[in-house]
Amino acid sequence: MHDKTALDLAAGIAAGDFSAREVTTAFLDRIAATDGELNAFLLVDTAGALAAADSVDADRAEGRPLGPLAGVPVAIKDVLATEGLATTCGSRILEGWVPPYDATVTRNLREAGAVIIGKTNMDEFAMGSSTENSAFGPTRNPWDTGLIPGGSSGGSAVAVAARQAPLSLGSDTGGSIRQPAAMCGVVGVKPTYGGVSRYGLVAMASSLDQVGPFATTVADAALLHSVIAGHDPHDSTSLDAPVPPVLQAAQNADIRGMRIGVVKQLAGEGFQAEVRAHFDRSLELLAGAGAEIVEVDCPHFEHALAAYYLIMPSECSSNLAKFDAMRYGLRVGDDGNNSVEQVMGLTREAGFGPEVKRRIMLGTYALSSGYYDAFYGQAQKVRTLIARDFAEAFAEADVLATPTAPTTAFPIGEKVDDPLSMYLQDIATIPANLAGVPGMSLPVGLDEKGLPVGLQFMAPALADDRLYTAGAALEALTGWEARP
Amino acid sequence: MGGPAVNFEQAIAQFDPVLGLEVHVELNTETKMFCGCPTTFGGEPNTQVCPVCLGLPGSLPVVNATAVESAMRIGLALNCSIAPWSRFARKNYFYPDMPKNYQISQYDEPIAVNGFLEVDVEGQTYRIDIERAHMEEDTGKSLHVGGSTGRIHGADYSLVDYNRAGIPLIEIVTKPIEGTGAKAPEVARAYVTALRDLLRALGVSDVRMEQGSLRCDANVSLRPFVDAPFGTRTETKNVNSLRSVERAVRHEIERQAQILADGGRIVQETRHWHEDTGRTTAGRTKEEAEDYRYFPEPDLAPVAADEAWVERLRATLPEPPAQRRARLQQAWGFTDLEMRDVVNAEALELIEATIAAGASAGGAKKWWLGELARRSNDSGVALADLGIEPAAVARVEELISEGSLNDKMARQVIDGVLAGEGSADEVVAARGLVLVSDDGALTAAVDEAIAGNADVADKVRSGKVAAVGALVGAVMKATRGQADAARVRQLLLERLGVEE
Repeated sequence: MHDKTALDLAAGIAAGDFSAREVTTAFLDRIAATDGELNAFLLVDTAGALAAADSVDADRAEGRPLGPLAGVPVAIKDVLATEGLATTCGSRILEGWVPPYDATVTRNLREAGAVIIGKTNMDEFAMGSSTENSAFGPTRNPWDTGLIPGGSSGGSAVAVAARQAPLSLGSDTGGSIRQPAAMCGVVGVKPTYGGVSRYGLVAMASSLDQVGPFATTVADAALLHSVIAGHDPHDSTSLDAPVPPVLQAAQNADIRGMRIGVVKQLAGEGFQAEVRAHFDRSLELLAGAGAEIVEVDCPHFEHALAAYYLIMPSECSSNLAKFDAMRYGLRVGDDGNNSVEQVMGLTREAGFGPEVKRRIMLGTYALSSGYYDAFYGQAQKVRTLIARDFAEAFAEADVLATPTAPTTAFPIGEKVDDPLSMYLQDIATIPANLAGVPGMSLPVGLDEKGLPVGLQFMAPALADDRLYTAGAALEALTGWEARP
Repeated sequence: MGGPAVNFEQAIAQFDPVLGLEVHVELNTETKMFCGCPTTFGGEPNTQVCPVCLGLPGSLPVVNATAVESAMRIGLALNCSIAPWSRFARKNYFYPDMPKNYQISQYDEPIAVNGFLEVDVEGQTYRIDIERAHMEEDTGKSLHVGGSTGRIHGADYSLVDYNRAGIPLIEIVTKPIEGTGAKAPEVARAYVTALRDLLRALGVSDVRMEQGSLRCDANVSLRPFVDAPFGTRTETKNVNSLRSVERAVRHEIERQAQILADGGRIVQETRHWHEDTGRTTAGRTKEEAEDYRYFPEPDLAPVAADEAWVERLRATLPEPPAQRRARLQQAWGFTDLEMRDVVNAEALELIEATIAAGASAGGAKKWWLGELARRSNDSGVALADLGIEPAAVARVEELISEGSLNDKMARQVIDGVLAGEGSADEVVAARGLVLVSDDGALTAAVDEAIAGNADVADKVRSGKVAAVGALVGAVMKATRGQADAARVRQLLLERLGVEE
């Protein structure tokens, strides 16, 4: 059961081949069998999942219409608000907080009939590329449990890769869906900024964050994408535009005449040899299927990482100010002797991990009076130039292609004390966040150690469907079927 | 301190004051600035809250379009230009009454800039230049329990009510106000008064200083002579009545003059106004001031006010208050002094409505500035909140003029209406207030009065007409006040054969 695609599961439940309860039970059993080692889940909602499954079965029995995800289990990154289910963001500071409301995407899932099976592990407040920054222990890569799964959405990537859930949701601020997708050999998509509601997504960097799907196939990713996308009046940055036809695009893998741009700045230096080899082989396959491969020049991409590490921490420093022990979550030092400022300070000292503190300090500094123009102001200018690079590149190419990450999965602990080397993991994924354009990572092969390699497609804003056409084509061309 | 005490006149003789006024106005929109929670005043603490105004993790703001339009109308009424592109910004600082530990405000791209408001003080017009008007959200309200100061330091514990958090505020900031000299305190008061009247006419705020829906911070600095560079300023907060605006400015001018006269230096700081003592005390100094780390609010799109939108709102602006007052004064035939009394008593709208309901201008003014003003003063309740509608006052006035009530009975009707006994007519009926003007019924009482006060009657007959008052009093007493006094007087004089 757990090897079936989400589309097959939804179709089988709708057809009565098996019940939603059987499906949910199979995945719950799978989690019980594997998660002791993998630690992909922070919370498994067995009772809630079974109740949701039973409700789908009842609907079907009584002939009521079923949603597109009816009975399909979905795991949710623990950065999304789920009414009645604890939401931790991988941090101690939210200890005990149970959201009184659903994120819009959570509600979308419920309305589509999805079975919310649990909440997945992540780098604290989505800050990291390895899921080692979780306050609740690292998640392990199912391809080799001594390795990191990527991050920050490592739990969601692993849940899908290890077939603990057919689908999962992650969030991507600088690569947090695409990079773990690459590390775990699954498909991960960061939609166009504004394409999916951020309401209920606990903010890391508001102007960069986007919720997106993980799946084992491009078509499954499209299914989940189509359920969560669309305008939301509760999110002012949500785009009031038609949802790109991602489902149809995933069924239409015809890339004849499609111009695929290879970004000069992201095609060679700094990438592991086998990552480059798989990338080059993928381009050959695409060309063989009728795509036109062109080189595009994005000169400002080399400043993307620097700009990102000013804008993102600046927004973090403000977004994370609300965690102050006053209204919810952890409270430390409230013994009647400490002032309110001291309680806030003690709580933040105890509740936040080192990477979160590092970024809060970076951001506070970058926004400070006298430094703002040199740091935040300059970074915003770079951001504008990067968007311009994209605009020019998309005049010459329909989609852009890069390797998703410079390396395949690395050992747990290897980069944890070397933030700069960790930050470089997102070198190819950050530009899309800065410009708000959509990106997809899909697996294209295994390196000599048997670890998955990912390739990234990027498309113009609101042309997410192009990712699915290119992705479905490449998926068919590589014949990717490897499982951990 | 060392030297002799400096009074206000001496302060002004030595120094030229410069003012800057920042006024915060709570808008009266039905819902908050960034969520759908109600804005009603006085609800049980923390009952008008939701994930957005509580700043719960994951929640996002959505701009209240009505609040933006109110801000634009305020800007237009203050002769400002409306920015075609304006942005929200985050003002970052930690305080328990701020749910997100940042306030969504506007920084370098406010909605309205460069306006002015003209105010009159004793016949002279002062033009107050407006620097900007910008939108922001209010904070929650802290209650510090225990301790002596009522402030957070020294309190045993603090309670926070977030009902106010997220209520839309407009902050209106003047440019430096120069050239007011000894009139600085009066100009400050006149400005806040004029602003309040303008905001009320726009219908965008309750403008109740005592409820905090209009709040004023007064910046004051002194310099040795006109045109000298500005001196160091202080910002006085907690100035919560029109009278306090004037007093606080006056006090701060005196206080600073005293320091300067003694050879001291003014410290740039915030100061707190104390209504009871009439003094200010030191707050935060510039060195202690926070770095707010403003940056554009990434959760909100900029506000793009196109020409058509601006012009549509401009067309909704009411008649400017000063113009309206002049028009009404002429229509009602009031003197300047009478009109000033009406404005000071905040009775303009009430009198206008009373006249609209049928009363004469004189009759409406008589009630609102007389009997009702007295009750308002005695109870400390604003005229508008006494609990009597202009229509009821107009009806009472009508009953008097048609001869159904005398003044004394009318006051009883007012009592009844204020006591919630119903409309004027219902009170008249329930209390049996019927003016005895039937000559037959009065004749007996008149004869009785003459018989029982023969000496007075003789005086009247002998030409001392004024003495008839005592006989009128006797008749009124006998009829328990329900007689038409004028008619009684007439009957008495007829009976006594005296011509007036």
